[in-house]
Amino acid sequence: MKAIKSKKLTPKKVATMAGAYFLAWFFVYPYINMFLTSVRTHDELYATPSTHLPQVWQWRNYIDVWSHAPIASFLKSSLIVSISATILVLLVSLPAAYFLARYKFKLRGAFLLLVLATQMFSPTALIIGIFREVDFFKLLDSYIALIVLNAGFNLAFSVWLLAGFFSSIPAEIEEAALIDGCTRIQALRKITIPIALPGVVTAIIFTFVAAWNEFTIALTIISSVDKKPLPVGLTQFIGQYDIAWEYLFASTIIAIIPVVILFISIEKYLVGGLTAGSVK
Amino acid sequence: MLAKSSATKVKNQVASHDVSLVSALPWIGPALILIILVVIWPVIELVRISFTDISAAGSLLDFNGLTNYRELLANPDIYPVARRTLLWVFGIVFFTVILSLPMAQLINQNFPGRKYVRWALIFPWAASVVMTSMIWTWILDAYSGELNLTLTQLGLISEPVDWINNPGSSFYFLMAVAVFVSIPFTSFVLLAGLQSIPNDIIEAASVDGATNWQIYRRIKFPLLRNSLLIATIINLINVFNSFPIIWIMTRGGPGYDTDTTTTLAYKLAFIESNMGQSTALGVFNFIVIMMIVGLYLRVTKATRTEI
Repeated sequence: MKAIKSKKLTPKKVATMAGAYFLAWFFVYPYINMFLTSVRTHDELYATPSTHLPQVWQWRNYIDVWSHAPIASFLKSSLIVSISATILVLLVSLPAAYFLARYKFKLRGAFLLLVLATQMFSPTALIIGIFREVDFFKLLDSYIALIVLNAGFNLAFSVWLLAGFFSSIPAEIEEAALIDGCTRIQALRKITIPIALPGVVTAIIFTFVAAWNEFTIALTIISSVDKKPLPVGLTQFIGQYDIAWEYLFASTIIAIIPVVILFISIEKYLVGGLTAGSVK
Repeated sequence: MLAKSSATKVKNQVASHDVSLVSALPWIGPALILIILVVIWPVIELVRISFTDISAAGSLLDFNGLTNYRELLANPDIYPVARRTLLWVFGIVFFTVILSLPMAQLINQNFPGRKYVRWALIFPWAASVVMTSMIWTWILDAYSGELNLTLTQLGLISEPVDWINNPGSSFYFLMAVAVFVSIPFTSFVLLAGLQSIPNDIIEAASVDGATNWQIYRRIKFPLLRNSLLIATIINLINVFNSFPIIWIMTRGGPGYDTDTTTTLAYKLAFIESNMGQSTALGVFNFIVIMMIVGLYLRVTKATRTEI
C-alpha cells in the first residue's frame, strides 16, 4: 500500500517490475516470434544454423501473401460471419437483457439458468448434433448457419453483461422521459442505450472477437474454400509438405493484431461478462 | 465487476415490476429461440442418435438401444484416452491456477508500466487459439524452432529434439500451450477478485503490523476464494472442451496417443466415420460437462440471485 503513495523506486519495487516485465515478454513472445518469422525469406526459414532475427527483412511477404493464398477470401468470410453474428447477438440480447433488468416474471430464474448454462457449453461437445441439425435444415456450407451458431453460443455473455448495465441505470430516468411524452422505445433509444453504451460496446467487441476466432464449427460445416473463415482457411497451410510459414504468419499477424487491440479496449469489462452471475 | 451499489439497486427495481410470462415473450422470446436452436436441439439430436444404428453416410437405420455404448466400452483404445483426458484436465487447470495466483497479485501491484504488462497478458486471450497453436508448433520445431536454437546456444542440448513428435514429451508440450492460453483469463478473474477487496481492511492489518505474506495468506487469499472457485470451474469446462490446440499441433496422433475424449469424439465422427461410437462418446462428454455446469450453477447461486 505504501507503494501507491511514494514514487520512489525501492529494491522491492524494482524486483516487481523486473518480474512483471519478464512475464509480459513471455506472454507476447510467441507473437513477436510470429512477426519475426513473417518477415523472413522462405530459404532463411530452413537455413542451418537458424538465427534469432531475420537476416533479410522481407517486408514484401505482407504484399505477396495476398496472391499466395486466398487470404482476401478468408478475411471476407471472417468479416461477414463475425459482423452478422454480432448484429444478431445485439438484436436478441438487448431486449432480453433490458427486460431481465427491469421486470420480474414467472420462470425468470429458469431463463437465467438456461442462459448461464448455454455459456458453459462449447460447440465442440455438441458438434455431431450441430452437424446433423445444420444438415437437416440443408444449410451445410452456408454462412447463415455459421452466423446463427456463433450468435447462439455467444449470446449469454451479452445478456448477462447488458442486464448488469441496464440494472445500474435507475428506472426513474426512463419514467421521467415517459412522462415527458416519449414512447418506451424512444426512451430506450435516447436515454437508456446511450448510458449503457460501454456495455453495448463491450458486448459488440466480445462477440465479434469470439466469432472471429471460432474454429470447430467452421471446420465442420464449411467445405468450400471461398467460404472458409481465417482460422480454418489458414490450417490449409499446415497440411502442405513445404509449409510456407512466412506467409502463414503474415496472415495470422493480420488476423490477430486488430482483435488484440479491440480486446485491450474493453479490458475493464471483460471479466464481468465471462464470469456472469458470480464475480461482482 | 459492476459497482456494488448497482446490485442493490437491481433488487429494488426488480421487485417493483411483476409481469406475466406472456408479456415477457416478445422481449426474451428471440433469445429463447436462439438457445433452443443452437444448444437444445443439438443436445437432443446427439442423445437420440446415440441410441440409433447409423450408417457411415449418416442415414439413421434403426433404434439399437445401448449397442453404440457397448461398442464404445469394448473399444480398448478408449481407456488410455480417458486416462489421458484426466491428466489433461486436472494437470492444466492445476498449473493454470497455481501460476495465475501470483500473476494476478503481480499485476495488481502499483508500478510504472503496469498498464502495458496487463495489455501483454491480453495477447494470448484475444488471439485465436488456432493461431497461437500454430506459432508454438513453429517455436518447438526441431530444426528451425526458436526453442532448440536457444537451448543449443546455451549448450543444454547438442542436437535438435523434436518436442512435439517425440512420444515422451509431446503431450506435455500440448498441455503447456493450454496452460499458456488459460493463464490470462484466469489471472484477470483473480485480479478482479483482488480489486474487490476493500483497501481499509488491508491498511488496518498493515497498521497492526501484519507482514505482506500474512496479509496475503490471512486476508486476501480467503477473500479470493469465490473468484478462485469460479475461475477453476470455468477452466475445467474450457480445458475439457479444448479442441484446437491438439487438433493443430498433433491431430491427436500418432494414432490416438495425444487424443482426449473431446478430440477423439471428433475424430471418430468426422475422420473415421464411426458415428455410433462417436455419439456414445459425445454423450459421455456431455454428461461430464453437465456435472461441471451443475457445480458452477450451485457455486454461483448466491450471487446470481442479485441480478
